[in-house]
Amino acid sequence: MTTAVSFKQVSRHFGSVRAVDAVDLDIAPGEFFAMLGPSGSGKTTCLRLIAGFEQPTAGSISIFGERAEGVPPYRRNVNTVFQDYALFPHLNVLDNVAYGLMVKRVGKAERHKAAEEALSLVRLPGYGARRPGQLSGGQRQRVALARALVNQPKVLLLDEPLGALDLKLRENMQEELKSLQKALGITFVFVTHDQGEALSMADRVAVFNDGKIMQIGTPEDIYQRPSTRFVADFVGSSNVLPPDFVQRYSGQRRWGSLRPESIRVGRAASGEGVAARVVSTNYLGATTRLALDADGLKLHAIVPAGTALPAEGEAVVLTFNRESLHLMDEPA
Amino acid sequence: MTSAALNTNPAPAILPGSGGMRGALSDLFWRRPQLLLLLMLAPPVLWLGIVYIGSLFALLAQSFFSIDEFSGLIDRQFTLKTYGDLFQAANLDIILRTVTMAALVTIASAIVAFPIAYYAARYARGRWKALFYLGVMLPLWSSYLVKIYAWKLILAKEGILTWLLAKLHLLWLLDAWLSLPVVGGNSLSVSFTGTFIVFVYVWLPFMILPVQAALERVPGNLVEASSDLGASPGQTFRNVLFPLAMPGIVAGSIFTFSLTLGDYIIPQIIGTSRLFIGQAVYSQQGTAGNIPLAAAFTVVPIIIMGFYLWGAKRMGAFDAL
Repeated sequence: MTTAVSFKQVSRHFGSVRAVDAVDLDIAPGEFFAMLGPSGSGKTTCLRLIAGFEQPTAGSISIFGERAEGVPPYRRNVNTVFQDYALFPHLNVLDNVAYGLMVKRVGKAERHKAAEEALSLVRLPGYGARRPGQLSGGQRQRVALARALVNQPKVLLLDEPLGALDLKLRENMQEELKSLQKALGITFVFVTHDQGEALSMADRVAVFNDGKIMQIGTPEDIYQRPSTRFVADFVGSSNVLPPDFVQRYSGQRRWGSLRPESIRVGRAASGEGVAARVVSTNYLGATTRLALDADGLKLHAIVPAGTALPAEGEAVVLTFNRESLHLMDEPA
Repeated sequence: MTSAALNTNPAPAILPGSGGMRGALSDLFWRRPQLLLLLMLAPPVLWLGIVYIGSLFALLAQSFFSIDEFSGLIDRQFTLKTYGDLFQAANLDIILRTVTMAALVTIASAIVAFPIAYYAARYARGRWKALFYLGVMLPLWSSYLVKIYAWKLILAKEGILTWLLAKLHLLWLLDAWLSLPVVGGNSLSVSFTGTFIVFVYVWLPFMILPVQAALERVPGNLVEASSDLGASPGQTFRNVLFPLAMPGIVAGSIFTFSLTLGDYIIPQIIGTSRLFIGQAVYSQQGTAGNIPLAAAFTVVPIIIMGFYLWGAKRMGAFDAL
């Protein structure tokens, strides 16, 4: 089976900066693939390599089996939804959406009809006559999406498309994007620094750091079974446990990770467990996050609302199931 | 704790005024910002309104007077006779020649300026950008007359250009061009081609800077978006860059067009003996002493520029502003 996008030892160096360094990657057709990582981790550069805005310094890229090195962006059947949408300010919404068809010399009536359909798809019917400047951020985002989708790309690239939206709108758009992707069956490659977004939307996630992929896997893999300290820490801010600590509970001298929600917090008198002191409590609505100090080891625990909370400075005992302690591949 | 330390700050919540005239004045201006605006704007508005616009109107009023052809005295009676004189074949010829030259100079400036402005806006950074500004502005620092005389030497029959073309065995090309009617002549320095070259040279910075400013405001990702949507570089230029640079080109063309319409020194030094509007104004108000006709000639560029801006607006040149 051909892959939608395939990277073989792809590097993109800017002078001495290794933005992308020997990355191997296979994205399946019809997959919703997320690239997750902090800023400067190389995820956006990877996206730009697929779009054709950047050329690899080394390695090879293929898109649906065809080699893409040296192919300019306008000859790739790949479209991008830009982070700040990049709508053309001098064209109205309809002409923005029809732009891709216009440059392919599709007749005016036909391309306007297709653009109207694309606008309906993103639930903006009848907005064609407006200027991008007259739209809200969420609406612009939908126009950018329609403008890309109208070309029926083989791969749709999304560069932090929800970054500029407020929380409520972002949650709506996440669901919409997900269902749109299912309905259209187009391969989506989605760049984000928001782990929640990546986990909730993607079929598979690649976690980037320093131009390298730390781990590729399903959201569950990434969340439950991080392979390195970086992944454990970045995806859901897991507690990273040093080898000494892990040895006591699993018998193996390895780095471990423990999800904050896997830790149970009990009264100091309640018996066995890790003795700790509460440093601070943060009320988050549905949950409360506790910062704990277990003999110099800093830990976080998340307890659901309604649980009796210990006071700051109080001594507590922490317990967790042996199986929720995950051992990482990274050597001690 | 730091918060406890901060709470011991003895300063009051509202600080006392700095006192004196300056303090009172600062407070007054803060409370009534319009007052400061008025004070700042009054001198330039007075200058512009009375000295500048006022004298322009005084000049324009002259164009409605006429000259008594026998006595050479100005008849201060309202008449449109002077404007009628503009439509004499010789005067119409001057107007047509000047407008054609201004249009050609503007188009050529835009074509030459665009790549330079594009490079400066999109690629030049740091030191190269400083070098760009220096390169564009440097010619403006030296005297206009010196530059024009320098060009006379460059374009003259014994000049460096002829010498260079002879070395390149391309003299036949120059001779072929000079043998053409209208644009040709004995040498470049006494032809309309020479006038044109020097006009383009002298006004070029006035085109480059606004175009560069307009291109600078075009976000780079619009070019990427266009390319991403399948537009070749040529299509991106026609559909994105050019429309968005249009306000800059129009701003630049206002300079190049109006400066060419009004200039009288360049065609005097380089070119044929045929007059341009500026020279006509100069000779009418000077040697001929016909101030009304000189004033009427002055109105011509103003009206042409008015039509030009109106046309540019109708064509949507300012839509991207």
